[in-house]
Amino acid sequence: MQRYTLAILVKNEFGVLNRVTSMFRRRMFNISCLTVSETESPRFSRITVIFDGEDQAKRQLVSQLHKLPDIVGVKEFEKGASVSSELMLIKMDYDAADRHAVLDLVDAFDAKILDYTRDAVVIQVTGDTPKIDAFIDLMRDYRILEICRTGVVSLERGATVMRKVTKL
Amino acid sequence: MKLSGSDIVVRTLVEQGVDVVFGYPGGTVIDIYDSLYKYSDELRHVLVAHEQGAAHAADGYARATGRPGVCIATSGPGATNLVTGIATSFLDSTPLVAITGNVPWSQIGTDSFQEIDITGITLPVTKHNYFIGDVRDIAPTLREAFRLARSGRPGPVLVDIAKDAQRATCDFEPLEAPVEPDPVAPYEGDLLPEVAMCINKSSRPYVYCGGGTIASGAEEQVARLAEVIDAPIATSLMGVSAISSDNPRLLGMEGMHGHYAATKAMAAADCIIALGVRFNDRSTGDRHSFAQGTRIVHIDIDESELSKNIPDTYDLKGDLALTLDRLIPLLEETTHPDWDATIASLREEERACEDAREGLTPANVMRELDRRLTPDVPVVTDVGQHQMWASQMLTFRRPRSFITSGGLGTMGFGLGAAIGASLGTHDRVVLVIGDGGFGMCMTELATAVTNRVPVTILLLNNGVLGMVRQQQRFICDGRYSNTDLDRRTDFVAVARGFGAEAERVSSVEELGRALGRALAAEGPYLVECPIDKDELVLPMMLPGGTLDNLITRGDE
Repeated sequence: MQRYTLAILVKNEFGVLNRVTSMFRRRMFNISCLTVSETESPRFSRITVIFDGEDQAKRQLVSQLHKLPDIVGVKEFEKGASVSSELMLIKMDYDAADRHAVLDLVDAFDAKILDYTRDAVVIQVTGDTPKIDAFIDLMRDYRILEICRTGVVSLERGATVMRKVTKL
Repeated sequence: MKLSGSDIVVRTLVEQGVDVVFGYPGGTVIDIYDSLYKYSDELRHVLVAHEQGAAHAADGYARATGRPGVCIATSGPGATNLVTGIATSFLDSTPLVAITGNVPWSQIGTDSFQEIDITGITLPVTKHNYFIGDVRDIAPTLREAFRLARSGRPGPVLVDIAKDAQRATCDFEPLEAPVEPDPVAPYEGDLLPEVAMCINKSSRPYVYCGGGTIASGAEEQVARLAEVIDAPIATSLMGVSAISSDNPRLLGMEGMHGHYAATKAMAAADCIIALGVRFNDRSTGDRHSFAQGTRIVHIDIDESELSKNIPDTYDLKGDLALTLDRLIPLLEETTHPDWDATIASLREEERACEDAREGLTPANVMRELDRRLTPDVPVVTDVGQHQMWASQMLTFRRPRSFITSGGLGTMGFGLGAAIGASLGTHDRVVLVIGDGGFGMCMTELATAVTNRVPVTILLLNNGVLGMVRQQQRFICDGRYSNTDLDRRTDFVAVARGFGAEAERVSSVEELGRALGRALAAEGPYLVECPIDKDELVLPMMLPGGTLDNLITRGDE
């Protein structure tokens, strides 16, 4: 099993996300992470997909994506040639006894406290997936109330622009 | 000029070269039907008995002519009735444009009367679909639908048009010519010399072609390839009629119910040159034991088919005819005497299994039909045992002369498809159908009668759902659950009740004479032929079985 990161540029039209995810579902592609967002152009949206599987399955995924008329480009990011990041909000039960330990970890992870009340604290962590996974793991020693993650977004290093690669 | 949306629908169809559409009116297409009335001298509308028949007719039209078939249905149940026909087209990659009406845009999403999310429903069974809420989008979207249906690997496209967009007006300028599909290109990578070397080194090459051969118009190139490298040719079910039965290299169809020699030779080959096929499970049997150690050169216009089901040695994405034009000059003209001898002995074994019984056996019925058919008459089938007998035992001399539901295996496909094929070619067609499938689609006899469609219906009546029953015999130890029909239908009376001519035969001689009358009739003519319910389609590979393990006798 390998982990692949794909950037998919799609027409910014009603129902496109449904078309893409419907294809994933009916062909049983195992998608670990999917994010959708607007881009520098209002004509296009950008989908970032993380797929865990064999090389052959990934190639099948890419060629099936190319068959969807709303898709204008698919790019596979090579390891090391791209930067990725995600954002997490985590709400912790704020027991008096744990306060110092939690605050130490917030400092160590360069995290931010967004909300602070008597009973709970909401922390924002950004970074790559392993960093966020590690933060969650450490927080398990205390009482996690809720977690919400954005999923991964990725860009290629350097000046390459996907819209130009796909000649738009 | 300013036209209403519904007028634009019809004008755009005419502009795209459509001469006949199949459909059924209803509340949300009432304006389109008003426009069809207005322009009826330019575009023929064929009213079907059930929308599923319209989709199959449009599909049959497309398969017989290569041009996109068009069907029209109203919203809600009209649209959902199209779905099986659209899915049939999708699985067999035929160009189809389905047009549905929908409730006014302002009512979308409110569960209005006969409102259904047909673009959502057909998402997995169309190449693409569109919802139109603005009259200005009608002409460009329909043109795009025609382009898409015909481009690359063909397929169905659905266009759903809100009622208010049909009623609104906007400017319309017709195009001077139909939109062209995207240009086709040959394989453009650098593997061809390596592929040629692989084929040249092969001592047991095997050419395996499917529906892509017909879609690409590559039948001459495929025959030439086999000639140059001295290989036998086999087809998938969708490839039947791609290669003329007169070609001495043709072994016929391979697979679950394929020809014995074609299927066995596939298992013995050391290099399979797979052309416009997708290695369906009915063709390969158990995928993991299929073609172990065999090199596979796979050419297809759809990249996603390459190495999808079976890992190929060489994946070549490109138009088949153009790619073979580039590959063939790189091949050495050669002979393989040992391989030829193997093939000859497989053919010998196949002949030894031939059914020599007398009477109304499937083999004798097919031989009699074949004897009476001229090469220009296309044969349409439904799905089941009769379909396999027809594909095994009839002879074909030009592509598109065998029309069948391969991928989806849609019972009830036959009569609608036959009507569409006949109206598309302005000529006679023959429909071979079983009593089960005929029970699903016989209401379209009304359509055939009204439109005086010259369709000869050969109804093989064995009183059972034979294909499933045959599997029950081997897999369920003869527990025939719900496959013995025990019906009392008098098909001759039914056909006459619809206004068609019909007769029943009880011997091969009677069959011959009846077919003679049927093939000369101006309208639909049904010939009912009894078949014993225990007749089997042989050879047979059990589901999940392997190519070299075929059942060739009923008592095995």
